[in-house]
Amino acid sequence: MISLSVNGVAQSIDADPDTPLLYVLRDELGLHGAKFGCGLGQCGSCTVLVDDRPTFSCLLPIAALAGRKVRTIEGLGTPDRPGALAAAFDVEQAAQCGYCIAGMIMRAQALLERNNRPTEAELRTYLAPNLCRCGTHMRILRAVRRAAAAMGGGVQESSR
Amino acid sequence: MLADATSATPEQPTEPNLTRGGWLLAGSALGLIAISVAVVVLAWKPALTPVPPVAAASFDRATVLHGETLARLGNCRTCHTAAAGRPFAGGKAVHTPFGTIFSTNITPDPATGIGRWSLEAFMRAMREGVSRDGSFLYPAFPYDHFTRVTDRDLAALYAFLMTRPPVPTQAAENQLAWPYGYRPLLAGWSLLYLHKDAVDETDRGRYLAEGLAHCGACHTPRNRWGAEVVDRAYDGAWIDGWYAPPLNAGSPAVHPWTEEMLFAYLRTGLSPMHAAAAGPMAEVIRELSGVPESDVRALAAYFAALMADAPAAKGGKMATDKQSEADRMHPEGATLFAGACASCHEAGAPMMMQQGRPSLGWGTSLHVAAAHDTLHVIVQGFAPPVGRAGPSMPAFGNDFTDRQLAEIAAYLRARYTDLPPWPNLEQVVSDVRKEGGE
Repeated sequence: MISLSVNGVAQSIDADPDTPLLYVLRDELGLHGAKFGCGLGQCGSCTVLVDDRPTFSCLLPIAALAGRKVRTIEGLGTPDRPGALAAAFDVEQAAQCGYCIAGMIMRAQALLERNNRPTEAELRTYLAPNLCRCGTHMRILRAVRRAAAAMGGGVQESSR
Repeated sequence: MLADATSATPEQPTEPNLTRGGWLLAGSALGLIAISVAVVVLAWKPALTPVPPVAAASFDRATVLHGETLARLGNCRTCHTAAAGRPFAGGKAVHTPFGTIFSTNITPDPATGIGRWSLEAFMRAMREGVSRDGSFLYPAFPYDHFTRVTDRDLAALYAFLMTRPPVPTQAAENQLAWPYGYRPLLAGWSLLYLHKDAVDETDRGRYLAEGLAHCGACHTPRNRWGAEVVDRAYDGAWIDGWYAPPLNAGSPAVHPWTEEMLFAYLRTGLSPMHAAAAGPMAEVIRELSGVPESDVRALAAYFAALMADAPAAKGGKMATDKQSEADRMHPEGATLFAGACASCHEAGAPMMMQQGRPSLGWGTSLHVAAAHDTLHVIVQGFAPPVGRAGPSMPAFGNDFTDRQLAEIAAYLRARYTDLPPWPNLEQVVSDVRKEGGE
């Protein structure tokens, strides 16, 4: 048995220690926000936060997680009471197929928690590891800017 | 010396000592005067007259294109462009043991760049490390290599730079430890370390490697004054927290570097039997991917010859894979590897099958004495430049604690090499995280 902390709740998991966190979230804990995209850490649709930093959960064995805090999109709010980012994505209609969005939101959440006044360049660099194949990037960026403002900050113009 | 002589006298006020103190004082004063004279003679370089901005159209197109190739071979853009900055506009921080130097703006902006530099001023800067205004440039700018570049090539490089879009931007002030901010000291550096040995231009690989491409600037160790140690050429050295491996008979490669493999590596950033380029070398590859193939082949031939006596070239060595032994020695590392790394790096994984990647046992960075390069790649990952295809790896720095990363590195070393374990791995992880800007 391996003990995990997921969205503030202690969980005991009976799985091989090299099982990827993503499989445990989806198959054992019923948390379907994080998606399986490539399974190779190339696309970002499985992004969750570990100790408040974004990670690809498809490549993260649960053996690495003793004593560390896992957060998923389910921990940021509910459909009735969405978090700032989910609300902003809704207002900006920043999804087409939606497969990448939970990962996008988690990566943006990590950025805005550490710095809610990033520059536009910092924002784009930070989100770069997560891919969106529908081409929704401009709306995603608008949504993150809106959420940054809602969280008391705002995305700054880059100096160049 | 002056302070010692005077402060010693009150404690032992005997006449002979006073006299000796006096002589020391006089000698010191004379010495100071001599040094001052030498500084003035050596360190005074005239300002060269500014020229009116030269119209871009006045340069011959073929010369400009030749200059573009040379700028790529010289990797000028990497140091002279700040993160997210305009190309060649400078401002990138270069970290040295003496402090931080900010690269200069080499676009033709008349006020902040080189827009009012004559060709003569440009050539003096390239070969003597002296700016147009007569001030000395720091040898982070590798003018000790550019002495070997021909007049014709320097003129073409000048034509290329003078036809770039001018960008008005002033680099930040250097942040150097005392007394290195005093530029005339560099006259002494040049006197000691600036060797003007010519290289035969017909030996193309040598001409490029020793001259414009300044490969030794990263791969040759430097002495305490930051000068390359001539008789240790290509022995391997540190650059920005990465270890640039030896490119001579000391090459740690397991598979011999053939000319063809070096060509593929320098051109694409990937040599499956050795490494994928990451860190500072990735920037070199980005530039070399855009020069004539013949120049890359010439560089490949030059370094293949330099490594002809390396252990791998003697032949016969196969890639090591001591999986069961490593699993026993480092069970936690084995588990983390199985969960995080194996889906790409284990035999039978899609990347290994479809892209023909061989075992990590061939990996050069696992076979050098320092674990830094391996850990840089694990912590930060690497990606091809935007818009280019090339090898990539996700960053694992957020996935694992320092201790877990150390376990993975120890496991890799135990499984894929026959070499002794890396020491102080957790410290290396911590250093690598700092260098990565965390």
